Amino acid sequence: MKSNEWQVICRVEDIPVLGARRVARERGMDVAVFRNDQDQVFALLDRCPHKGGPLSQGIVFGTSVACPLHNWTIALEDGRAKAPDEGCTQRFSCRVEGGEVLLDPVELATLAIDADPPKAGPCR
Amino acid sequence: MKKMKLVMVGNGMAGVRTIEELLKLQPELYEIAVFGAEPHPNYNRILLSPVLAGEQTLDEIVLNSWEWYQENDIRLHAGRKVVEIDRVRRVVRADDGTEEEYDRLLLCTGSNPFMLPVPGGDLKGVIAYRDIADTNAMIDAAKTYRKAVVIGGGLLGLEAANGLMKRGMDVTVVHVMPWLMERQLDDTAGKLLQKSLEERGLKFLIGAHTKELRGNEDGRVSQVVFKDGTAVDADLVVMAVGIRPNTELAEKARLHCNRGIVVTDTLQTVTDARIYAVGECAAHRGIAYGLVAPLFEQAKVAANHLAQFGIGRYTGSLTSTKLKVTGIDLFSAGEFMGGEGTEEIVMSDPFGGVYKKLVLKDDKLVGACLYGDTVDGSWYFKLLREGRKIGELRDKLMFGESNLGDAGHQGQNKAAALADADEVCGCNGVSKGTICKAIKEKGLFTLDEVRKHTKASASCGSCTGLVEQIIMFTAGGDYSAAPKKKAMCGCTDHSHQDVRDAIRANRLLTIADTMSFMEWRTPNGCSSCRPALNYYLISTWPKEARDDPQSRYINERSHANIQKDGTYSVIPRMWGGETTAAELRRIADVVDKYQIPTVKVTGGQRIDLLGVKKEDLQDVWRDIGMPSGHAYAKALRTVKTCVGSEWCRFGTQDSTQMGKDLERALWRMYAPHKVKLAVSGCPRNCAESGIKDVGVIGVDSGWEIYVGGNGGIKTEAGQFFCKVKTAGEVLEYSGAFLQLYREEGWYLERTVHYIQRVGLDHIKKKVLEDHEGRKALWERLQFALDGEPDPWFEQDKAQVDTRQFGKLQVEGQTA
Repeated sequence: MKSNEWQVICRVEDIPVLGARRVARERGMDVAVFRNDQDQVFALLDRCPHKGGPLSQGIVFGTSVACPLHNWTIALEDGRAKAPDEGCTQRFSCRVEGGEVLLDPVELATLAIDADPPKAGPCR
Repeated sequence: MKKMKLVMVGNGMAGVRTIEELLKLQPELYEIAVFGAEPHPNYNRILLSPVLAGEQTLDEIVLNSWEWYQENDIRLHAGRKVVEIDRVRRVVRADDGTEEEYDRLLLCTGSNPFMLPVPGGDLKGVIAYRDIADTNAMIDAAKTYRKAVVIGGGLLGLEAANGLMKRGMDVTVVHVMPWLMERQLDDTAGKLLQKSLEERGLKFLIGAHTKELRGNEDGRVSQVVFKDGTAVDADLVVMAVGIRPNTELAEKARLHCNRGIVVTDTLQTVTDARIYAVGECAAHRGIAYGLVAPLFEQAKVAANHLAQFGIGRYTGSLTSTKLKVTGIDLFSAGEFMGGEGTEEIVMSDPFGGVYKKLVLKDDKLVGACLYGDTVDGSWYFKLLREGRKIGELRDKLMFGESNLGDAGHQGQNKAAALADADEVCGCNGVSKGTICKAIKEKGLFTLDEVRKHTKASASCGSCTGLVEQIIMFTAGGDYSAAPKKKAMCGCTDHSHQDVRDAIRANRLLTIADTMSFMEWRTPNGCSSCRPALNYYLISTWPKEARDDPQSRYINERSHANIQKDGTYSVIPRMWGGETTAAELRRIADVVDKYQIPTVKVTGGQRIDLLGVKKEDLQDVWRDIGMPSGHAYAKALRTVKTCVGSEWCRFGTQDSTQMGKDLERALWRMYAPHKVKLAVSGCPRNCAESGIKDVGVIGVDSGWEIYVGGNGGIKTEAGQFFCKVKTAGEVLEYSGAFLQLYREEGWYLERTVHYIQRVGLDHIKKKVLEDHEGRKALWERLQFALDGEPDPWFEQDKAQVDTRQFGKLQVEGQTA
């Protein structure tokens, strides 16, 4: 499901180089928008497929981010974990036009709405 | 771009490993063709012994299936022996006339078994023990014949003998030297080994010279005759007296050979730079290695060079030995025979079947020979490899690593004794069975690979020795060797030391400069090298190199510790662990106001507020109004104190004041790893100074300083460093020691490991004996800390990117 309306989120320079910003949604977990040193911008659900760590807080390198909780490497382009780890986080369509970062509001409103955030408390 | 042509001669473990490494680096660079004399894909030669013994099948030891060659577009000519290299036309030709052109040629021709030149060597039933064909011949012979003689009581001979015995043959081992495995064991261990093998049913003829082999009327061997005229009956004779690098093809092509094809540190032949040689056929600095670990190291370097990175260098390996006979534990490495100028520490219990010998030279471990109990083999091997001074360890050395003050969470540390269901890695919950399965199914050989695939020993590392042992007996006995120099991470082949030295010598000031100067393989490093580079730059060039927050781990970037649910914890600083009613009130009010779920007292005498939302961090800091405790940083954490002479009946010194002074002098000090201090006011040591990076104990006549203590993964008691008279001296000596650690330590190396690496003597020379040097160190530390901002209250100056605390709203408004 795609819409023709793209929503301006911020300007590219609002995201630190080799860093990320968090985008709040009305429902569901945040979306993380990443910027690498080539000024490419990517958007993923802010949730590592391993144990739900906030990928927006990770170290960005090349086209990957290292999850801050257990150092899984997640590809920014498709949200896939680097082998031998297995898992995938939801990716969001993302465009840059005239220095502005655009996301698809339909995706924001519908994708991965039910993903559980990680919780504190006893293990497992 | 037209692809270059790479041809590999020899389809064995070292060569295929080189191709695998190359495909990882540059999958599109070459069109690859492979010739293999054996009609098989690449298999694990080390595991032929378990196959012979019936413990594994041939299918189980294949490393690269036929499909693997197809998937990677590799033309495989299996069962074709290359007979000629035309270096002018750059073509190789096989025995059936198949030709392949090459731009780069990789020779991996391995080695040939050495056959004794005795009469009757060409009879039927006389074989070597080298490949699948030999193994099958032995398995077949065992079905129909009874008596086997194995000539050669070395590693290979004993494994062959054990396998044949398990297949029901009556086996005699003939060995010309005075004891078994004389290259790997001394006479005591050799005789212990012979005893246990005899108990299993093998027979031995030690010191017997084979004169000739006699045959029957069918042309099959029937007898082995010795120089003294005695003889034994044999239906099968296995020669296992040694191997020789297979250089026939290289010599024919006029490549320089000397006990192997002579190669440089980039594995190129010295004669022709287009031609590489790796594996058992290659002679590197005069040594042809026959073990898998060094060959894989060579493969890595050759691949790096073939991929045109050209920065890898192979500088040789140290190797150790284990025998793959199930239930026999032996291990040896280095100069285990001792000799001129060496000392030996020996523990011998022949009745219990245990013997250990350690050989020392110039206060270093240079050799080890263990029989019956090899638990500490990998630890001794590490000491040997690092060439560490063992002065302080000497009296504990024989009793192994587990007796050095292990926190003891590995109740049993004997890998072989573990059941498959037993947990090996307590951090990631990995059982022995899981590790063994991964090693067998995925063909893993190195610690790094096992860590990647199973996560075992990938967290705190305290089970590394155990995991290494499991690799040793699962992947085959020659897992052991390691490069003398460990690369910092996958982005480079340089070690931490190389990088530190280059930054200092070349005045490198930014991460980008360092990466380009040191020829990093990746555009912006990875999560492991970037934080290290950032630390090296700011500690080497304080006030000049700019901190890069995006290269810091999240805890240091947001100045709070991330928790499992993505919230953070906040620990304010309390100087020397002393607080006031006003501070406690403010903390309590903050807990209420921001609904902080958990309040906890830490081990370092501070108060921890857990479960703070990232959006609230700045407000929480402001409302608490106390300095950052840096509990999130690789930096000075806390100075723990006892109450000391101010209140205590026994206190000899004012330890609380000393602790506050130390903490005020050192706070905001970043370091290779976290730094913890403690000050006790008397030898009762209530602040537990013995397990801190710097521990201070007040005595009646002054202060004792201890360094390198650690209460973490492996409890280590600090070592006595010096005794001083005044509080001012405590500051100067502790500060100078910590500055030396800041300048010389590797990233994520705690003081205990730093001291182990450089030796306490080195530190004493620089801090205690060199008065000018000590003062200079102390001044450099003060210069680095002068004007350092508190990141909670001077966010601008501390370059805290405050955008991280808010969220973007979809309307384009920032929260």
